[in-house]
Amino acid sequence: MKNHYTATAKSLHWVMAVLIIGLLALGFYMQDLPLSPDKLKLYSWHKWAGVTAFLLVLVRLAWRAGHRPPPLPASMPKPLQLAAHGGHLALYGLMLAMPLSGWLMSSAKGFQTVWFGLLPIPDLLAKDKALGDLLQNVHATLAVLFVLILVGHVAAALKHHFIDRDDILTRMLPARPTTEN
Amino acid sequence: MKHALSTLALLAALSPLSAGAVEYNQVLPAKSSVAFTYQQMGVAVDGQFRKFSGQLSFDPAKPAAARVSFDVELASVDTGAPEGDAEVAGKPWFNTAAFPVARFVSSGVKAIGGNRYEVAGKLTIKGRTQDVVVPATFTAQGASGVFEGAFTLRRADFAIGEGSWAKFDIVANDIRLKFRIAASGK
Repeated sequence: MKNHYTATAKSLHWVMAVLIIGLLALGFYMQDLPLSPDKLKLYSWHKWAGVTAFLLVLVRLAWRAGHRPPPLPASMPKPLQLAAHGGHLALYGLMLAMPLSGWLMSSAKGFQTVWFGLLPIPDLLAKDKALGDLLQNVHATLAVLFVLILVGHVAAALKHHFIDRDDILTRMLPARPTTEN
Repeated sequence: MKHALSTLALLAALSPLSAGAVEYNQVLPAKSSVAFTYQQMGVAVDGQFRKFSGQLSFDPAKPAAARVSFDVELASVDTGAPEGDAEVAGKPWFNTAAFPVARFVSSGVKAIGGNRYEVAGKLTIKGRTQDVVVPATFTAQGASGVFEGAFTLRRADFAIGEGSWAKFDIVANDIRLKFRIAASGK
């Protein structure tokens, strides 16, 4: 089982996978809704989930710093190994940049983020309409980029599993009961 | 001699007051502001109105004789987001097409000590009128005077936010209005 990720790394990966896909889907869905109480509710939920994802990625980075992930298979060509590392770096970058740009956008637009309606997250920027619009574009552009890289991430995992027939996908899956002690 | 000196001192002490005994009657919109704050799902959000006008006559020496009427153009609302501005101008909120102006007309002004006053009057928004008492301070600043104050109104009293907005779980009932009205004197 040396080639598996730690149970903590797996949990963080899958919890964040669900959270991030949900955040992206909600983000794209809610932006075109006409203004209504439900829309404001969805925006609040999106912001709360975004703060949660931001905290989780910090935990994940801290965990990763202390636990090296299993190496890529030696059979993998060097350029593909580089692409894999680059892709993962981009995913981590986006996991940080998405919530940060959202937080900054909310600050600039004058709508403070209050986590679950209870814990106010300090505004990093003063209210500034032009800056708010700019950050909205940044947030939306990053979201499109995130979707593209996620599609690549999933496609690569499936290619490893079904074409290369290696353990790249399975080593991130929950360990089978027979192999778990 | 001693008596004359103290009379002089008294006059000197009084002179700022007598200099302030002008009637303030010209609202200076560029130096004034009408802002509001409310809670949206527990988050304080603020906005303002850009256009307003008013008539007043206020002599600090005769506050009981003061009168004010003040109009706010509701379509000039700035909620911080264009879609919010459009929504709030619509029928469920201000319905600015039918009720373009919010109007306050004073019925009495009471000095309550220092530079503080209570302005009683009628506030009319969206065809509904409520009696309100607005606390305000007055500060003379050179040739002009500044009235500042804040009060809370309940949006439900004026049917601001009807239909799906009528509940207070998203937008709270209490709306805090903050004003700063500068006026020149003559």
